[in-house]
Amino acid sequence: MSNEQITAINPAVHIRSASKKRTVWKRYLDNKYFFIMLAPVILYFIIFHYFPIYGVIIAFENFKIIKGITGSPWVGLDNFRDMFSGLYFLPVLKNTFIINSYKLLFGFPAPILLAILLNEIRKPLFKKSVQTITYLPYFLSWIALSGIIIEFLSPSRGPINVLLDLLGFKPIFFIADVHWFRSILVSTEIWKTVGFNAIIYLAAIAGINPELYEAADVDGISKLKKIWYITLPSISPVIVIMLILTSGQIINDDFDQIYNLLNAKVSSVGDVISTYTYTEGIQKMNYSYAAAVGLFKNVVALVVVLTANFIAKRFSDETIF
Amino acid sequence: MRTYTTNKSDFIFTFFVYTVLTLLAVVTLLPFLQIVTLSMSSAEIVNSYGFHFIPTSFDFSGYRQVFHNDLIWTAYGNTILRTVLAVALTLVLTFLGAYPLSKKFLPHRTFWTGFVVLTMFFSGGMIPSYILVKELGLMNSIWSLVLPGAVSTFLLLIVRNFIHEIPEALEESAKMDGANDIYILWRIILPLSMPVLATVALYTGVYHWNAWFDSMLYIQDEKKQVLQLVLRHIVLDGDLAASGTETGQTNVNTESMKLATLIVSILPILCVYPFLQKYFVKGTLIGSIKG
Repeated sequence: MSNEQITAINPAVHIRSASKKRTVWKRYLDNKYFFIMLAPVILYFIIFHYFPIYGVIIAFENFKIIKGITGSPWVGLDNFRDMFSGLYFLPVLKNTFIINSYKLLFGFPAPILLAILLNEIRKPLFKKSVQTITYLPYFLSWIALSGIIIEFLSPSRGPINVLLDLLGFKPIFFIADVHWFRSILVSTEIWKTVGFNAIIYLAAIAGINPELYEAADVDGISKLKKIWYITLPSISPVIVIMLILTSGQIINDDFDQIYNLLNAKVSSVGDVISTYTYTEGIQKMNYSYAAAVGLFKNVVALVVVLTANFIAKRFSDETIF
Repeated sequence: MRTYTTNKSDFIFTFFVYTVLTLLAVVTLLPFLQIVTLSMSSAEIVNSYGFHFIPTSFDFSGYRQVFHNDLIWTAYGNTILRTVLAVALTLVLTFLGAYPLSKKFLPHRTFWTGFVVLTMFFSGGMIPSYILVKELGLMNSIWSLVLPGAVSTFLLLIVRNFIHEIPEALEESAKMDGANDIYILWRIILPLSMPVLATVALYTGVYHWNAWFDSMLYIQDEKKQVLQLVLRHIVLDGDLAASGTETGQTNVNTESMKLATLIVSILPILCVYPFLQKYFVKGTLIGSIKG
């Protein structure tokens, strides 16, 4: 039965649905000041977030600026076929996965470890100093940090190479060496973020009930065992949530870092999806193809986060939704 | 009762912890010590063999070159301008948006919150955003650096959660006196939200001080370029040219001048971050509360 039929049989329904409409309208009217406040933000999100999301349809077109999004010819999945049959995308995808897996493998536990170590410090000044120093790189741009890193790893005057030379080894041009470049990306990422990322775990550790440690002290348990049996299990919910949130990083590479450290000698191991998107889309102006690459990346990232969240839901209570 | 062996292993462990953390602090600082030293050294010392962690003799010609480079100071001004504009705009928009979303009785609150949060998990990406800025006619304008990132969903949620904790009773008594929601926002919520707004301002400020990619995409006029990009041209392009990436660019900048530029560009952050870190810590912690 359609709506009209119901109304015809029972006029009360019509009145009820109309009054429901009126109450919704009234609720908005009652809160008009709130929506006046919210309006600029909604407008901002429509223009600067939802328009670009609508704009991903150029990934299925052969987009030309002069023809616009609606006027450009539709090509379906051609751009995606080009991606997977072309010579360049798959190596870039592989680089992205390898670099990000290493970053997750080493970079994810690093701040947890740092937080645990910092928590063992009983001298506030020492603790504060170490924290302040490790925060430092976090606040600087990758351009400044790259300048510093290149200088530090310089084959002619970088201290590491001076040290290698003193020990009788040949100097290594780390930044331009395919065997070293990925390790440089992973270690400098940790250098930049470890101190700041430790904050969340330090807060979690501070929230652990001190009676647990006191009871362990009475039993004469060693510090290492306390970490293993009390600290780690207590902060595991936070670890799970952070793991879900960072899981999308498996495909979301750090453009700022890689673009500023990348050079021709190491592009075979260091060119990743974002730098590839930039070269294809902005420099070569293959807008549609580059948009397809970007769309592929965003979809994979979303699927990974949702999957991680689903798995976490199955095995524990810790989820982000 | 503590046994002797536990005490001994605890002592070794504590010693290990202090050693590791001291090493970490030293390793973090060494690269900075090196560039500070090299930036104030003469070419002979820069090119001499050995470690350069502590300056042995001083030569400020690098800094003199920086002071006479108009491009750097124009870029400095541009960066300050974009930072101030962006912080102001972000504060206003974020605060205005966070207050309504903190209200449980807001019609379709879940929908409006989801409308904002969705953008955290899916975005159009680099190319559609670039085309949008182009279509809006913002190319080569400072607004292309300020508008696209004006509201951060993450910061919006932080402020929303903060305002949510403010006792409703304060607002209700004002409402009884006939105050409307905008008056309440201005006279009651705003003064109480100052700590969280400081966090928003600092996050936004640091972000815009360090931002460069948008400027590389949208700004063609050299006089409108931000500091980070000028720094990139001076410091990195020279080095990358040396490694064979970019050809045909003769690099006349001396090493100490390059590093002096680097120091000058990070100096403001270097000076303020130790005193402001507590606001960033607060931001991370409020942001991590589910809700």
